[in-house]
Amino acid sequence: MQLSRDALLRAYRQMKVIREFEERLHTEIQTGEIAGFTHLYCGQEAVAVGVCEHLSNDDKIVSTHRGHGHCLAKGCDVNGMMAEIWGSREGLCKGKGGSMHIADIDQGMLGANGIVGAGAPIAVGAALAAKLNGEGKVSIAFSGDGACNQGTTFEAMNLAVVTQAPCIFVFENNHYSEHTGVDYAVGTARDIASRAEAFGMKVWRGDGTDFFSVHDTMREVLEYVRAGNGPAAVEFDTERFFGHFEGDPQRYRGPGELDRIRETRDCLKIFRASVTGAKLLDHADLDALDAEVLKAIDDAVDKARAADRPTPEDVLADVYIAY
Amino acid sequence: MAQMMYRDAVVTTIAEEMERDPNVVVLGEDVVGGMGTAGGPEAIGGIWSTSTGLYGKFGKDRVIDTPISESAIMGAAAGLALAGKRPIAELMFADFIGVSLDQIWNQLAKFRYMFGGKTKCPAVIRMAYGAGYNAAAQHSQSVHQILTGMPGLKVVMPSTPADVKGLLRTAIRDDDPVIFLEHKALYGMSGDVPEGDYSIPFGHARLTRAGQDVTIVSSGLLLGFCEAVADKLAAEGIGCDVIDPRTTSPLDEEAILDSVEVTGRLVVVDEAPPRCGLAADICALVADKAFSSLKAPPQAVTPPHTPIPFARELETAYLPSTDKIEAAVRKVLGWR
Repeated sequence: MQLSRDALLRAYRQMKVIREFEERLHTEIQTGEIAGFTHLYCGQEAVAVGVCEHLSNDDKIVSTHRGHGHCLAKGCDVNGMMAEIWGSREGLCKGKGGSMHIADIDQGMLGANGIVGAGAPIAVGAALAAKLNGEGKVSIAFSGDGACNQGTTFEAMNLAVVTQAPCIFVFENNHYSEHTGVDYAVGTARDIASRAEAFGMKVWRGDGTDFFSVHDTMREVLEYVRAGNGPAAVEFDTERFFGHFEGDPQRYRGPGELDRIRETRDCLKIFRASVTGAKLLDHADLDALDAEVLKAIDDAVDKARAADRPTPEDVLADVYIAY
Repeated sequence: MAQMMYRDAVVTTIAEEMERDPNVVVLGEDVVGGMGTAGGPEAIGGIWSTSTGLYGKFGKDRVIDTPISESAIMGAAAGLALAGKRPIAELMFADFIGVSLDQIWNQLAKFRYMFGGKTKCPAVIRMAYGAGYNAAAQHSQSVHQILTGMPGLKVVMPSTPADVKGLLRTAIRDDDPVIFLEHKALYGMSGDVPEGDYSIPFGHARLTRAGQDVTIVSSGLLLGFCEAVADKLAAEGIGCDVIDPRTTSPLDEEAILDSVEVTGRLVVVDEAPPRCGLAADICALVADKAFSSLKAPPQAVTPPHTPIPFARELETAYLPSTDKIEAAVRKVLGWR
């Protein structure tokens, strides 16, 4: 289906925001200013955006430890996220969560998650809530090729099938679970979707480096699930441009691998070539967005640096609503 | 007042709350029972009969029978809660927290704090705990010591049918995650239960016997043992305060400290193992905050630091008995 000019610009901008957000963090983290562990989503932008562009605030997503992209794609505020990663009390989670635990319930973003594989059962719960509400809303469990080996993911897929929950398991196969290759760690090698199929649900596969492949695939998947056909799964083949965590020396990469995937498997380059080739947008449109996004990220970093720091009293806040 | 069994107080309260609030849902293994069998739905109705009749009344979308997938059950409860429902998830045996703990500990307990206070997480996790069935090491444990130590959870341990009703109602209406521990040896216990919209706030202990000489703190199956000891000693003119904390998180510290200030003697009787447990916790509380009132060292009566054995003689030897409790009370009475 042909997207409108506005929809194309919006999709590109969303991907670009994630890209520049992550590239900037990669630089800033090396100065030591940002605390804790950070896992960057760079390279996988087409998946998060291709999925979330179909969703409303009433559709829920559950993310992973590599969650910045899902958060941004689902509508979390750039400034709030940057401030959170800086540990500010002005952050989306008041500096209590950090990179791995960003959530924004109002946007239907039920949390990044520091525990690999923990998200899938939570997404099934949100899908059961959607089913009970009967309004055709869905819940998405983002998982990587690492989480696809967790028992929680298997339990969640079976429970979703048994209860016919409107849950979509989106597997982003970036070929590495932490520092281990998918050919070693996933018994079905480069095929995660067949596992989901074995649990009794319909599956799709798409090219996670191509926004249009993701977006078109998800249109079909969502139509199927929103119609009350139960859960579904989709596997997107994708690439991560940075290490498992920031500081990972990536000795597991092959010679020239990073240069090659940056050159040939970059979803932003692929999108640009595709829309300019088809004369849907021109380079000037995209260049203007690039400049605007870079400025927005600069602003977000400046604001995060200047934002209020939490106080020792904040340690005690928000453990319980009432105790 | 109505006479009711402990297990019936569970199912009655759940049914009343489901009737009142369409967001309340139940999920767990065999909470319907008989799904996919010749016998059909409700052929079992929950192995503890704590969900009997709910499926017929509220249907499959609100009474969700799950496969044996404890992580998925607890995770689904977390997701339901984040999405605005009020799930009541049943873990058939408390011992099964082992296979589902991440969803309780790292997810449910953490969401509110980790997300900067922007969400509530109104989930109730019910579980049957405790010894007395000769069910051995993997089906008899008391797990409150593990869960009470986890910030973000509230932990409730009703000891009577009335407390089941009052505390379960509060748990279901609470906006924080609540662990609701039901002692499996008490399911058949009968007692008076107030009718209507009866609830008990968390963090309020119950004084079940009053006396001036010794403070005994206990709950669950062993509370009855303590009351029997207190009644026996009363005939000798020895008075015991018997305190049931009812909730271990929050803990009614004031009720315990106030009592010890009068009696000067403390015996804590707990079914969990001795190390890093509730008994040690309450003894430390009293040593810290009521030291000058103490006339004897606080005593903890617990099982030994072993797994729970199977054979009848062994389980009996493992559990605190009325004799052991009485000996501890006499020890603090006879100090110096």
